[in-house]
Amino acid sequence: MGRVVVDVMLKPEILDPQGRAVQGALGRLGLAGVADVRQGKQFIIDLDGELDDERWALLERLAGELLSNPVIEDYRIRRDQDGQ
Amino acid sequence: MRIGIVTFPGSLDDRDAARAVAIAGAEPVMLWHGESDLRGVHAVVLPGGFSYGDYLRCGAISRFAPIMTPIVEQAGDGLPVLGICNGFQILCESHLLPGALTRNASRHFICRDQHLRIEDTTSDWTCAYAPGQQITIPLKNGEGCYVADDRTLDELEGTGRVIARYLQVNPNGSRLDIAGIRNERGNVVGLMPHPEHAVESLTGPGVDGLGFFASVLQSLLSRARP
Repeated sequence: MGRVVVDVMLKPEILDPQGRAVQGALGRLGLAGVADVRQGKQFIIDLDGELDDERWALLERLAGELLSNPVIEDYRIRRDQDGQ
Repeated sequence: MRIGIVTFPGSLDDRDAARAVAIAGAEPVMLWHGESDLRGVHAVVLPGGFSYGDYLRCGAISRFAPIMTPIVEQAGDGLPVLGICNGFQILCESHLLPGALTRNASRHFICRDQHLRIEDTTSDWTCAYAPGQQITIPLKNGEGCYVADDRTLDELEGTGRVIARYLQVNPNGSRLDIAGIRNERGNVVGLMPHPEHAVESLTGPGVDGLGFFASVLQSLLSRARP
């Protein structure tokens, strides 16, 4: 079994209205001085069997083709050693 | 002329698009996302809605539907393709058009009759309009904010590929007030507002939307002539 984690964030130059909404709510709930909030996505992918080089290469490709849109988003992909 | 309308799981405006095609005088052909045969249609409309519930990103999963393979292939050979709203998002995700559509800057879902100016009348879907013509058609979206990097925007602007721009109000924060763009060849057009909802005065703000469908007919007929 292998676990792969992909984090996807909007590029810094893309407006994040959801992050803005959360920023406003944090302020209203008493947290002063919130300079910025960005909201992203995390994909936790559990695999049956081994995570060999071939599957890793495919996952790396799909992280850029399906899980994120390179026009507006950046992604980070990593193996999670502690995954079950 | 046969114009295909694709239904994805979660498409909403496929029926209205078919109706608009028929009112314009063409034969609508309903196409299913799971098929990979365009059944000999002369043009394709990707309708509005929330395909795959907008999960992941709007249009991100539809892009990989079997029907998209022949559409992307034949679009490269000049097949006219119009993506409306969710269809526009699918065209961007498919890389048939540059840029992307993100959440409205206001965070609100916007539903209104929208004034537009038709900026480019060389495309297969706008050639029946007059340059600079002002039209009013419905707009309804939550993620209609058009973004692209500066180089792409400069190129779109410099090559006349912005086909329609928002007038008076920019409802979603789109860069350069962009409501619609085309590819270089002019056969692929993406548009955020909904021309298919403005083809009968009984049920829309007017019939200003008919021009998109009249355009593709005019364009197909002129191609057919030797």
